[in-house]
Amino acid sequence: MSEKKTNMFIQGIKDGFPIGLGYLAVSFTLGIQCREAGLSAFEATIMSLVNLTSAGEFAALTIIKAASSYLEMAVSQLIINLRYMLMSFALSQKVEPSLPVGHRLGISFGVTDEIFGISIGLKGKLKPSYSYGAMAVAVPGWTLGTFLGVVMGNVLPASVVSALSLALYAMFIAIIMPKAKEDKHVAFACLMAMVFSAVFTYAPLVKDISAGSRIIILTIVLSMAAAVIWPVEDTQGS
Amino acid sequence: MSGNIWIYIAVMAVVTYLIRMLPLTLLRREIKNKTLRSFLYYVPYVTLTVMTFPAILTATGDIRTAAAGIICAIILAWKKQSLPVVAFVSCAVVFVTGLVLGLI
Repeated sequence: MSEKKTNMFIQGIKDGFPIGLGYLAVSFTLGIQCREAGLSAFEATIMSLVNLTSAGEFAALTIIKAASSYLEMAVSQLIINLRYMLMSFALSQKVEPSLPVGHRLGISFGVTDEIFGISIGLKGKLKPSYSYGAMAVAVPGWTLGTFLGVVMGNVLPASVVSALSLALYAMFIAIIMPKAKEDKHVAFACLMAMVFSAVFTYAPLVKDISAGSRIIILTIVLSMAAAVIWPVEDTQGS
Repeated sequence: MSGNIWIYIAVMAVVTYLIRMLPLTLLRREIKNKTLRSFLYYVPYVTLTVMTFPAILTATGDIRTAAAGIICAIILAWKKQSLPVVAFVSCAVVFVTGLVLGLI
């Protein structure tokens, strides 16, 4: 490894450190929910290691609990994690065009909201060693937190577990709110999503639709409606 | 649960990795279709909102502590605090609210 590559790797570790710590805390609450869904510590840990996605794993637990089909699992992951595709498109413009396929395959594993955030914020082209540095702390943080949540979730007092149950949702609010503040069309789309999600959760007939299907249906219909009504000029770099 | 947990995990992992990998590996040009680009732009925010609401109201088991946590999260997120800060402080507010409600 040349000196320059080593520097980028260390820079990745530095920038990835707060992400790894945050993941540790959030995946701890995911671990608690894995346990409630009936997963063993080993199953939950492997799930986090190979998926590295909070919203996706969180939705997967709903599907596992409901014993829904594998197809429903595949479609839900596709829809919920579709944003990674957008990020992957953006990153394809951020790396050197000559970057070999092997490195492209490696970087792809670490496309998360937060790692994407620090990668796209870099000056100049994204070097693969930077991504690997960030992943070197983020992936263990996420995996270890999940494991600890499963094995230690039940030794914590109920009041602490109850408080931690809000963590994932609070993180989602932290992703949505700054964007909604900046773009009123996003804000309105989210407002509509709240209204329809509440209706589909409580209203007769539609409340029988499973949570996984509700997420998929409302996301496609409302996002498409927003895209047709308020097309976006530039979706890159945001 | 009736499904095999390892098949569920394998399905998740394969789908999620393909989503992350295909554009970065295969496509070196931007999507030109404006509607498709706009759709992809709205997807993350709409899907996170649907997952969060109304489930967040019952997450803590007490709507009063949940409400305190939600208000805290909204205020901190509005002030553009980082994800771990919003998550941690909101949890702390839920915990303290629970303690206070237990006293009265």
